[in-house]
Amino acid sequence: MNGSEIIIDALKHEGVDTLFGYPGGVVIPIFDALYREDELKVVLNRHEQAAVHAADGYSRSTGRVGVALVTSGPGATNAITGIATAKLDSVPIVVISGQVKNDYIGTDGFQEVDMSGMTRTISKHNYLVSDINDLPRVMKEAFYIARTGRPGPVSIDIPVDVSSAELKNYKYPSEVQLPGYKPTVEGNPKQIKKLATAIQNAEKPLFYTGGGIVASSAEEILLKVVEKTNIPFVTTLMGLGTAGTDHPLYLGMPGMHGRYAANHAMMQCDLLIAVGVRFDDRVTGDLSKFAPLASIAHIDIDPAEIGKNIHTEIPVVGDAKHVLEELEEVLKPRPANGWCKITSQWRKDTALKYKHYEEGEAAPQYIIERISELSKDDAIIVTDVGQQQMFSALYYNHQKPRCFISSGGLGTMGFGLPAALGAAMANPGRQVIAISGDGGFQMNMQELATCALNGIPVKAIILNNQYLGMVRQWQEMFWDKNYSKVCLKQTPECPKQCKGPNKNCPSKYLPDFVKTAEASGVKGLRAETVKEVDAVLKEGLAYNGPVVMEFMVRKEENVYPMVPGGKAIDEMIMGEDE
Amino acid sequence: MRNEKHTIRLKVVNTVGVMARITGLISQRGYNIDSIIANPTVDPSFYTVHLVLTETAEKIEQISKQLNKLIDVIKVMDISHNMNYIVREFVMVKISTSKKRSDILQLIQTFEAKMLDLGPHHVVVSVTGSPRKIQRFLEAFQPFGIQELDRSGEFALLDV
Repeated sequence: MNGSEIIIDALKHEGVDTLFGYPGGVVIPIFDALYREDELKVVLNRHEQAAVHAADGYSRSTGRVGVALVTSGPGATNAITGIATAKLDSVPIVVISGQVKNDYIGTDGFQEVDMSGMTRTISKHNYLVSDINDLPRVMKEAFYIARTGRPGPVSIDIPVDVSSAELKNYKYPSEVQLPGYKPTVEGNPKQIKKLATAIQNAEKPLFYTGGGIVASSAEEILLKVVEKTNIPFVTTLMGLGTAGTDHPLYLGMPGMHGRYAANHAMMQCDLLIAVGVRFDDRVTGDLSKFAPLASIAHIDIDPAEIGKNIHTEIPVVGDAKHVLEELEEVLKPRPANGWCKITSQWRKDTALKYKHYEEGEAAPQYIIERISELSKDDAIIVTDVGQQQMFSALYYNHQKPRCFISSGGLGTMGFGLPAALGAAMANPGRQVIAISGDGGFQMNMQELATCALNGIPVKAIILNNQYLGMVRQWQEMFWDKNYSKVCLKQTPECPKQCKGPNKNCPSKYLPDFVKTAEASGVKGLRAETVKEVDAVLKEGLAYNGPVVMEFMVRKEENVYPMVPGGKAIDEMIMGEDE
Repeated sequence: MRNEKHTIRLKVVNTVGVMARITGLISQRGYNIDSIIANPTVDPSFYTVHLVLTETAEKIEQISKQLNKLIDVIKVMDISHNMNYIVREFVMVKISTSKKRSDILQLIQTFEAKMLDLGPHHVVVSVTGSPRKIQRFLEAFQPFGIQELDRSGEFALLDV
């Protein structure tokens, strides 16, 4: 067998059914082996970044390892953003890149870049396979490392002479030997007892849960624990869907654009039990003011996360599901106390609000509410980054895990459409809705053609406010409304200093997304006003194939609640009037 | 919390790029390396790396945890202030002999240092010792004018 055939055999052993890729000089041998391959589906994306995001969406929606295959040089550099996106959100993907032949490495050969050097800090682990004899072991290790412990992306760089070389007596290894890699899965029983005691003694305990719950499929056991103890809980952006938004103990998402109840509960609790989270600055606000009254307990499979940002009294290293199961066994039931009632009252008293008018451009929040209403129960929502991401987090009625996919840590614009494409490939028959702004959509809209040609029925929604909305919001609130280069309609004829939409604004917005969709073989629909929203949504969602639905939304709508940078998370701006 | 010197001893897999991973990780997180040495162990498929960093204990703990996450790193030990370790450093200096030569010879004896070369205007001296001894040695020779200095960096061995 040659190296390329070994790669494909390894993928099959690892249960891979779909690859997202883009050919190039040094991966021709691998694509040649794929040419003769019947079992693996290969999606030809139109950009390597999109291929990696697609593998990422495939993985986030299923929990399986997503795979992308790219060429060396520019193929490799284009993949970088996708790999970093997966790293920051702990998504298990394997990215295989071609490399110039061994003899040329280090000579600045054609399409040579140091992929293993570039991916060192943005992958969980990486390999440069310089010897065919190492290839089977590396493939096995890569998948093992990607999916175990704290999941993450693994990059495998394979010189073209290795993917062409013959290996006699090839056998795919059944085990890995990694003396330096032994993730702790079971929690330390002493620490778990200590945590159980702290929970029994706490007046105002709170669970702060995130992506780790989803990664370890710990949703059920988490709900069992909170229901047994009547402890309220919050979920981060990465944990949305852990429980239904209507769960009586659920306080919503905390953080910069978090819910009142979630943020205030974080600040007033006396025991904060963090599970599968990393105290990200978008959640904690000013760390020195964060949760001033609380003892911190932290359950995480990655010991380096514990104590990284905040002093932790009760560390428990282990897999969220295992630790919560062990914790549940030693926990005594707790009745609902005053704290439980106060927090749930906060939740009831602070419904999200926005201005809705029956005429004119719709509020973006309204559109998310309508999507929530009109989409199927098991729909997968994939967002881009910016205002629509936060509106989708806040206004969509999340019910199930792995149904809300978003680039949280890296905040990668252009993530939405390709990740939705990957999720749709992994979940045939399910409704997959990509929600983007008009800025982010343009960063990877070449994937419309990929969807059309392959019949991938992504429902792409664009909330078009003609601005880079989140940056505009910051400029409005903190930079004297200096709208510097955030208007996507701006031409050289516009005054350089512009404070917002006015009667002299150019009438033309480019590109015309409906025409772009149609030019790419995708159905295009547009709602100019609030009155047309439902009709467009109904038609688009019912359509049997990929669709772009563009909604013209209010141009200067802001995301609230909001905690300005550098403030404590209970110093919230709740709405326009404040 | 105040900065203090920490010596971290790593056992790593002898593989291409492992030093780049270690140094890259430390610089990526915004820390400085005082010194680093790597050498094969008795089993040449593993290496021992000695890292010296000056940081707060809290930051050192975080660096150690991050180093531990590297797949090729098998073991991380912060051996600072650990009585069971013998820590040594090897130093070579070139000293100007324009001042009192006899004083220099006296100091060489005091520190049990070795004279490696004696030129018309300089002397090359080597010394091995604990970090404290090395510090004292350098302080003692400073007034004579150290023209060149090379140090191995600190390395250490468990003595039990």
